[in-house]
Amino acid sequence: MSLYVARSSAVAARALEGEMIVMSTRDSTLFTLNEVATEIWQAADGRTPLEEIVERSICVKFDVEPAAALRDAEECCRKLAAHGILLVSEQPIVPGA
Amino acid sequence: MTHDVIVEIGGTPVRLSTEDPALVEILHDRYAGFITDRPAAAPLQLRIHLVSGLVPGADDVHVTRSNGLWRFERSDFMAEWSPETGRGTVRQTLPNPYSIDTVLRILHSVVLVPQRGFLLHAASAIRHGRAFVFSGISGAGKTTISRLAPPDVTLLSDEISYIRPNEGRYVAFGTPFAGELAKAGENVSAPLEAVFLLAQGPENRRDPVAPAEAARALLRNILFFAEDPGLVELVFRSALDCVSRVPVWRLTFVPDPKIWEMIA
Repeated sequence: MSLYVARSSAVAARALEGEMIVMSTRDSTLFTLNEVATEIWQAADGRTPLEEIVERSICVKFDVEPAAALRDAEECCRKLAAHGILLVSEQPIVPGA
Repeated sequence: MTHDVIVEIGGTPVRLSTEDPALVEILHDRYAGFITDRPAAAPLQLRIHLVSGLVPGADDVHVTRSNGLWRFERSDFMAEWSPETGRGTVRQTLPNPYSIDTVLRILHSVVLVPQRGFLLHAASAIRHGRAFVFSGISGAGKTTISRLAPPDVTLLSDEISYIRPNEGRYVAFGTPFAGELAKAGENVSAPLEAVFLLAQGPENRRDPVAPAEAARALLRNILFFAEDPGLVELVFRSALDCVSRVPVWRLTFVPDPKIWEMIA
């Protein structure tokens, strides 16, 4: 089953020299995303399946095996979702929903 | 009879009004150097009322916004301020400077946000016409670096620095908010040349800090009390903008005046 990911609206984010810094505007918690998480973050539009993001961005850029990359990506997304900065759903995510 | 004392910090005047002559004296003493007679067109205004007994509130500072009013409270004061009118009231228990000092810090931290500025837990100083900021947690060396400053250095603060963009550059302004030095900064300003993240160590050295790490350090030390998502986002953007335009260094130092040769 495909997963869909979208950036939470309760965050502020900006890339600084290749590092993505994300802050929860609810509790001011700061996160620094690594390169792989940054790729996912930037592609997390709520419409593109995570599997496609992994194949298109991560496998090409980091030369990793798709199945392993998808497992790692799912784990990463669930961690970010647990912190409330990313939304994860089995259905496409409508903005503002 | 109401007495007015206008305290101008970072170019932002705040009119403090009170009927208590003892408090007027305390304000003049506390904010000497930051008091202006120049009437501002629309100064921010706080009317201070002394009340008996404790004001209901927590020991920690609590800042909220509701129905267009900011409310700042602690067990020794309760302030309400309207950003729309620029006016507000402060109820405090004693004619001392500590309550109003905290209220002013909070007020400036809020007022600075839309100007893309911020108050930073940092010492700051001017040398050769350029400002330098020294940021760190308590014990990192803010007061020590201030004490070690040579005579040609103008101290802006040993505790709370006032930073905001002006004409395309970040500028550091003096504040009366003092730390262990118990001495107000000078009421002057200069373009911000560098930010130093302080660390005490076995030798004097300065190392460049990558922007992402610099942003995290700056955000940890920005004074911002309000739990308002919109303003938190603006503070975040201001901090990141600042570190992308101003060099940030880690300054490791031993308590020796020679460290200033490495600063400016």
